[in-house]
Amino acid sequence: MRDSPSDALSVDQLKEMFYFAVLARHVEERLVILFRQSKVVGGLYRSLGQEGESVATAYALDRTDAVLPLIRNMGALMTMGVRPLEIFRQYMAKGTGNSRGRDLNVHLVHMPAWIGGGPDAQEPVIVGPISMLGDSIPVAAGIAMGARMRGRSLVAMAWIGDGATSTGAFHEGLNFAAVQKVPLVVVAEDNKYAYSTPIAKQMAIAHIDERAAAYGIPHEMVDGNDMLAVYDVAKRMVDRARAGGGAALLGVDTMRMQGHAQHDDMRYVPKAMVEEWTARDPIVRFRRTLMDRGAASEKDLDEIDRLAKSYAAEEADLAAAEPAPDPADVTRGVYAGDEFMRPRVEFVPRPTAHSPQPKA
Amino acid sequence: MPVITYLEAIRQALFDEMAADERVFVMGEDIGAYGGAFKVTEGLLERFGAQRVIDSPISEAAIVGSAIGASYMGMRPVCEVQFIDFIASAFDMLTNYAATSRYRNGAAVPLVVRGPCGGGVSGGPFHSVNPESFFLNTPGLKMVEPSNAYDAKGLLKAAIRDDDPVLYFEHKFLYRRIKDEVPDEDYIVPIGKAAVRREGSDLSIITFGAMTHTALEAAKQLEQDGVQTEVLDLRSLAPLDKEAILASAAKTSRVILLHEATRTGGIGGELAAIIAEEAFEYLDAPLVRVASADAPVPYAPSLEAAFLPNVDKVVGAAKKLVAY
Repeated sequence: MRDSPSDALSVDQLKEMFYFAVLARHVEERLVILFRQSKVVGGLYRSLGQEGESVATAYALDRTDAVLPLIRNMGALMTMGVRPLEIFRQYMAKGTGNSRGRDLNVHLVHMPAWIGGGPDAQEPVIVGPISMLGDSIPVAAGIAMGARMRGRSLVAMAWIGDGATSTGAFHEGLNFAAVQKVPLVVVAEDNKYAYSTPIAKQMAIAHIDERAAAYGIPHEMVDGNDMLAVYDVAKRMVDRARAGGGAALLGVDTMRMQGHAQHDDMRYVPKAMVEEWTARDPIVRFRRTLMDRGAASEKDLDEIDRLAKSYAAEEADLAAAEPAPDPADVTRGVYAGDEFMRPRVEFVPRPTAHSPQPKA
Repeated sequence: MPVITYLEAIRQALFDEMAADERVFVMGEDIGAYGGAFKVTEGLLERFGAQRVIDSPISEAAIVGSAIGASYMGMRPVCEVQFIDFIASAFDMLTNYAATSRYRNGAAVPLVVRGPCGGGVSGGPFHSVNPESFFLNTPGLKMVEPSNAYDAKGLLKAAIRDDDPVLYFEHKFLYRRIKDEVPDEDYIVPIGKAAVRREGSDLSIITFGAMTHTALEAAKQLEQDGVQTEVLDLRSLAPLDKEAILASAAKTSRVILLHEATRTGGIGGELAAIIAEEAFEYLDAPLVRVASADAPVPYAPSLEAAFLPNVDKVVGAAKKLVAY
């Protein structure tokens, strides 16, 4: 057996991964409360059950890399250091948010200052999805190619659900990335349903990673609810891409544990399937792994969980008090010429094991 | 001043901008070693290398999508769509993605998508379209179409330097037929500014692209009947130069809106609305559209001639309008 990249993770790093996963879950649980209070504008999309793979894939990146997450990759956003306040602002359509109320939920964008000739801060590129989800793949390929043209050592990671792998844009983008050998890792999530459509009606192949076979790039399937297994494959693919090896696709076997959005009661999913996957909850499993390894005690993990929960609540309260956008601004920023819109989000520093977030 | 073709002017703009700005690169089908289907990019590969002259798969969504990504990283991609008809395969990338990007999150998309448009060469339904009205209803995009070599160079330079996505339509009928004086020195033609090609007092023809030449030819014939025709070449289709449009309408009080795209839903309707809303009191006659017939672009020369606007159709419409 070759050494696994996860063998090199320190105790602090393992706890940090746990923190990002529980933070993602608590941010969403807080969003559920806000949704029930009618403070969330529009739909609420949960990543319940997918926090583990979202964190573990993003954790393979540097904080100066590029991420193109989807609605079910809250964990990736937390891992890249996005301040939860930014998520709450977006969901509540606040005028203070990254998109100033023009676009939804995790549709947020951050461009580091180096792109425009500014200082080289430790910031990632973040390009949230548009609702035509397959479009992220050619754009991700272009980000990886453009950064390479600029002489940057940047790897792009894009997540895509099983449904969006049926779009033309996904295939065109993956083929382009393969031909151009760009440093791109695509995480293709088999979470069993695209809205109500089961994966068997989405593709006739046995495993989602086989989508990549036609493009001549490495692909591998992994148990998406085993965070360290996901990290191991993701890290190898990221390292390979950074070394000039080109694009790769990581297939993730997981399960969307709630409906497409809050309105969807998921009655089309067999009960037994939900029970089976509930028993495989990635956070519960990771908790056990950490304790088995002696990396953390139950008390340590409970404390991290408690801190994440209270942090999410504080951030939600801050966002709730902020103003809605000014209707007078409705046509601003369609074209260049004013500085109204800025592709920037606020980041928080990496947590330490016992004080996950510094108080402001 | 050197006299060069419309096509050479486009190529010069690409050479100049790539030489002046290392962020500029070109990407498209068969544009490298082959030099492009019309040879617009001939010589670029030798001069700038394969890193900046990228032969893409036949994959318009990937061409435009990856250009969006590269532009996010501060690059200035110029995409060639081999025939502009194929831009439909990148429609989602342009309308949903590129056009909304700045408004959604402030992320600029400084890319250019250029390609040969227009008929008159028996290209048939898929090598002949004029797609401007597909995109006219999409805030966030800019569109230009030059009618001569000077503008072809100046507008492309302006498009490449622009911080928003610009669709640059080059009329294939003009590629080698039109030649004019084009300076070697750097200049741009600003986006959003129309040009009066001929002054007149009796009638305005508002047009652009290859139809500018049709309008000028019609104006010559009308002059023999004592009708003084003004020809306004829009050059930019988004944003429109409303000031120039309204000034010409107010000056002559009779307006023909001439374009090569099909009539219903064409840009002529938008021009007519602008004039009707803001210069109604100046008009002495109804607004008249002269455009292609409401049909796909046909292949046979006899059919295409019947389909396209021409000098006779414009002169006929003008005479009726002047007599109104």
